[in-house]
Parts: sequence; structure tokens; C-alpha cells
Amino acid sequence: MDIIVVGLNHRTAPIEIREKLSISDAQLREALIRLKSCHGIDEGVILSTCNRVEICAVVQQVQTGFQRIKEFFEDHHTGLSADEWNACLYLYSADEAIRHVFRVASSLDSMVIGEPQVLGQLKEAFDTAMHQKATGVILNKVFRKAISVAKRVRTETKIAENAVSISFAAVELAKKIFGRLDGKEALLVGAGEMAELAVRHLVDNGVQKVMITTRNFDNAIDLAKRFDGIPLRMEEFPRVLAEADILICSTGASHYVITEEHIDKAIQRRKNRPIFLIDISVPRNIDPHVNRIDNVFLYDIDDLQSIVDTNLEGRQKEALKAEEIVSEELITLNKWLKSLEVVPTITALRTKAEDIRRIEVNKFLSKLGELTPDQRETIEGLAASIVNKLLHSPLVVLKDEARSENGALYAEAVRRLFNLDKDPPQRPHRADSGKEDEADPGEESVTRK
Amino acid sequence: MNALFFKITLALYFLGTLAFLAYLLAGKKETFSRFSLVTTGIGFAFHTITLIMRMFESGYVSLTHLSDAMDFFAWSLVMVFLLVELRFHIHVLGSFVLPLALISLLSGAVLPAEIRSPDTVLHRAWVYVHTAMALLGAVAFAIAFLVGVMYLIQERLLKSKQFNNLYNKLPSLDILDDLNYKAVILGFGLLTMGIIIGAWGAGNVSGWYWDPREIFSLAIWLFYLIVLHGRITVGWRAKKAAYLAIIGFIGVIVSFVGVDLIWKGQHSFL
Repeated sequence: MDIIVVGLNHRTAPIEIREKLSISDAQLREALIRLKSCHGIDEGVILSTCNRVEICAVVQQVQTGFQRIKEFFEDHHTGLSADEWNACLYLYSADEAIRHVFRVASSLDSMVIGEPQVLGQLKEAFDTAMHQKATGVILNKVFRKAISVAKRVRTETKIAENAVSISFAAVELAKKIFGRLDGKEALLVGAGEMAELAVRHLVDNGVQKVMITTRNFDNAIDLAKRFDGIPLRMEEFPRVLAEADILICSTGASHYVITEEHIDKAIQRRKNRPIFLIDISVPRNIDPHVNRIDNVFLYDIDDLQSIVDTNLEGRQKEALKAEEIVSEELITLNKWLKSLEVVPTITALRTKAEDIRRIEVNKFLSKLGELTPDQRETIEGLAASIVNKLLHSPLVVLKDEARSENGALYAEAVRRLFNLDKDPPQRPHRADSGKEDEADPGEESVTRK
Repeated sequence: MNALFFKITLALYFLGTLAFLAYLLAGKKETFSRFSLVTTGIGFAFHTITLIMRMFESGYVSLTHLSDAMDFFAWSLVMVFLLVELRFHIHVLGSFVLPLALISLLSGAVLPAEIRSPDTVLHRAWVYVHTAMALLGAVAFAIAFLVGVMYLIQERLLKSKQFNNLYNKLPSLDILDDLNYKAVILGFGLLTMGIIIGAWGAGNVSGWYWDPREIFSLAIWLFYLIVLHGRITVGWRAKKAAYLAIIGFIGVIVSFVGVDLIWKGQHSFL
């Protein structure tokens, strides 16, 4: 029994291949059923996002499992020759497979480290697999653990803090100036993807009124519809400048559209209420000298980019701490996995029975006093025979199941029933084998959901 | 006993100050944060006990002595900080409040500390209310001053695009400006009441006469009146308001301590 991860992601495969191999939500159930029916695959979870397609599976044997999953991909997708995407596939097994799942959940393997979506996607993939009964005792444990590791990483490191996109950086700056953005007004001069994204984030964060002006008035009308905003003609904007708390400038002009004089007047009319200017145009459209005016905060694209760069660097540093957490959690999960192996369970069960027999026989013999060797032998034989008869059938079943997909389940059950773990945790109310480590706050919150 | 408690208070405030400064400079957001707050909280409890014990020892509330006044000022300052922290969670304010509280407590302790029985004129209810109002007003102006300093730092960081730990910890400009405004309004209200009660009480006893403290207090009152008026009418907010709060508090210190040390009038602390 082995855990493997087979798949490809944004680092190993270009989008053209990822999109061909991706499995949509609608296809997922059918795909899980097909995966489950593959010979040699006991459990499986399929995670398909825009940046990765991967399958985590419990297989009888690593290489044949890998082969089966490749075949699974082949069956699923047409139009690409196997050679094209085979080179993009990665295979992780045992520890590395589990580490990979943990890292994916914790967003350490993401394109933008620390982005929050992947955890939700992983949860969903796991839930669907569980509902399709594609998972069993092992993957249930691995994925629940992965979710709790991700939560630990989120709370114990600053990996998800601070903006890592230009538009979010602008929103964070706006919050440092205005506190809350509720009721604030924004003015967009010009258009462009980045400017629109910034406006969208500002609106999402509470900005209520958006005024839009573009050289071509029709564009302004179009954009205004999208943000429920007010379209303005280009020549009107100096008039409304004083109303805007946040101004985003992104025109194609080759000169300064907004000058010191404009802003000087606006600030006076605003009675010194601060104004936040974002110039994302290249060449710049706002005279940089504007920043000298009190209560005016001007940021150009380079300023915002440097914030993003610093934050990304910060995330890289935090990622190191996160990797440590992942390693720690890997050790605890491994302990649990070890206990699932059938052979050690059989040995442990035999040892335990043997210990009990010896102790009880000795206790009994000492009570009886002097006995002839024959009598002794008879009593010892009696005890041994009871133990052997009692253990016979569980041992046979364990050995049979060792090769089946339920092996781990039986081993786990035997360990619990016979209390075989050397330091048995006291868990009287336990019902679900997949949920351990109550001390882990992250996991606790998962189990409560 | 109360000298011991006072020393414990001093030690705890000192520790609190160190922890708050360490919090300000440390990279991680949470390092020292809890420790500084707990130390300050325990220090405040000891401080309260000290003040109560002193009151029982002397048999009256002592505010008219300069060292006692400084003591009371420090106590109120810490209390206001703890309240603001509970309500608005502006933890970093402690990094500015605690040093000021410690300085005023220390300078109060340096002054002669023996309790003298005040003359009969000063041993009246209106004197206490008058002094307490004026002192609490000074606390509010101190908060406005500290918040003003924080505003100027944050404003400079934003302008020069330095996004360091300090930038992360200081609250937004809007919150700082708003706190400044509220503190000035509160301080102005308290000072107004203090002056009215003082004038009324003095009218009954010795009549109003123009001693340096009265002149200074009126000047300060007038200054803050203009500050508030300027904010509402011509927009003296943001950076300007921060500067004004700093200037105003310097005036308060001069009136509070300077007048006392330079002119030894009837109105000075004993």
C-alpha cells in the first residue's frame, strides 16, 4: 500500500496542456468512479484547478499505480498525444506525496504563494471524492490533516498577509489613509485593465460613488454601467476633482493630465481632506511634484510594484516557516500511517496475547502452590490453546485483508479493539478514525464544521 | 507601604514602556504586544492602590501639590489609554502614552513629596473639581498631542513610501485625525468647565485676579477654541491639526509646570 500523487501544474505544463487535461466539476463524479474502478487503486482524490490537475491515490504498488493513472488520463482526454503531456507529469510517492498534498493545501505550491483559493478548491475536491466513496481511511486522514496544516500555516505565519497585486496594494494604501473606505468617492480618469481592477477592488471594499471619465465619452458610459458609476466628459473632470477621495489615472496621454495647479485647487476646496492619487499610466499622467502638496498622496506604478515585490519577498520568508510546519505535521501523520501496516499489527497482537497469557498463568500457578510438572504443563497448555483459538480467526482475516484495499481499516480496528498502541491516547468519545490530534486547533475547527 | 507600591508602579511602568518600545520596533506584529499590555495593566492597578492609600493616609484628596498633580496626570493618561485600547484596539498608542506617563510620574517623584496640609482656601470641594477638570483636560490634550505625533510619522512614511514595521503598526491617517479631533473637543470641554468652576469659586473667596496661571489657561483655552473653529470653518485638519495639537500641548506643559517653577504665585502648586 502506497500513497502517490500524479499530476501536472503551472510549473511543469503550459496552459494549453493543463486545460486539455483539466476535469470540470460536471465531469468530476464520473471521473472519480472511473478512477476508483481502476485495478490497483484503492482510494483517490482528483484536484483540478486552473493551475493544476493532480490525482492523489492510495495504490497497491507505486509504478503500476502510476501506470494506471496515466491510462486514466489517456482515457479521459483526446486530442493530445501522450508524449506531449507525459513529460509534464510528476510523480510523488510515500512521504513526498503527503508533503506535496500538505504544500498544495497550504498554498506553498501556488503560483502566488499564500493565495487563499487553493484551500477551498482542495476541500471541495476532497468532499466530492468522499461523497463518491472514492476515499477511504487513509486519504480521509491525509486530506483532513492537510486542511488542518493549511489552517495552522495561515494562523502561525504571515504567508497570506499583505497585497501581492497592484490593485490590492492600492486598496491597502487607501485603507492606511482613509481607514474605512465606506462612503468614499473615486474618480477614474482613463481606462485600462489594471485601472478597472483597482476600481473593482475599491468598490468591493466600500467605495460608494465612482465617477468615470475617458477621452471617448462612449467608453465612459460603458464603464460606468459596469460599476454603477457616473460617466463624465473629459473636460469636466477638473470640476469634480475636489469631490474625489481617490483618483486613479490611466490614460494614454504623453503629457501630465493632472498638474500641481489642479490638485492645489482641489485640496483647498476639500478643506485639506486628504486625497489619494494613483497614477498607473506610463508615461506618467500626474505631475510627480503633486506629492509635495500637503495631504496629497501620489503613487505611480513603480511605487505600487515595489510594494508588491516587498510583500512577495515577505511571503517567501514566511514560506520557510510554513515548510517547517509541514515537516512537523508530516512526522505525526507518518506515525499514524505506520500503525496501519498489517504485519506490525499482527506481531503486536501476538505479543500482547503472549504477555497476557504469561502473566495470568504465573499468577495462577503461584496461587496453586506445589504442582507436578505434568499439572503445570496441562495448565500452561490450556492457556496457550485458549489464546491460540481466540486469535486464530482475527489473524487469518488480517493476513487475508493485508493485500486488500481494506487492510488499513482492519489494522486500525484491531489496534483499537485490542488497544495495541504502546501509548494509547485516552479518547473515550472517538467515533471517527480520521480525526485525531484534538490538540491541534486548526483541525478542531475542521471537525466541528 | 505606599512608597513601596509607588516604586512597584514605577518599575512596572518602566517595564511597560520598554515592552511598548520593543513592540514598536520589533518586526513581528504580536511580539511584546501582550506583555506590554499586561505589565501596564498591573502597573495601573498598583498605581490606583497607591493613590487610594495616599488619600487615606493624609485624610484628603491631594491634587494641589505639583507632584500629586503629575501623579494624577500620569494615572489618568494610562487609564485613558487602557480605555482607548479596549474600545479601539490602537495598541501602538501605548508606545507613545507610556513614555509620557513614565516621564510625568518620574518628574513628579523628583519634586518634594512630603504631604503638607494645604491651607484652608485650597481645602474645598470646588478646588478639587476645578483642579481635576483642568488636569483631565490636560490628559485629553496630551492624547491629542501624541496622536498628532503619530499622524506626522505616518504621514511622512506614506509620503516617502517607506513601508516598514512602524507603517504597519500605526493606524490609518483618518483614525489618527479623528482621535485628535475628539481629544481636542474633550479637552476643550473639560478646560472650559475647569475655568468656569475656578472663576466661580475664586469669585467667592478672593476674587479673580490676573496671575500668570490664569492668563496662561485663558490663552490655552483661546488657542484650542481657534483650533476647533479653524477645523470646522477653514479645514484645519489632517497635517495642520496634528501640528496644532503639538503646539497646544507645549503650551499646556508651560502652564502646568513652567508657571509653577518661574512664578511662585498664590495659584501655583504648593
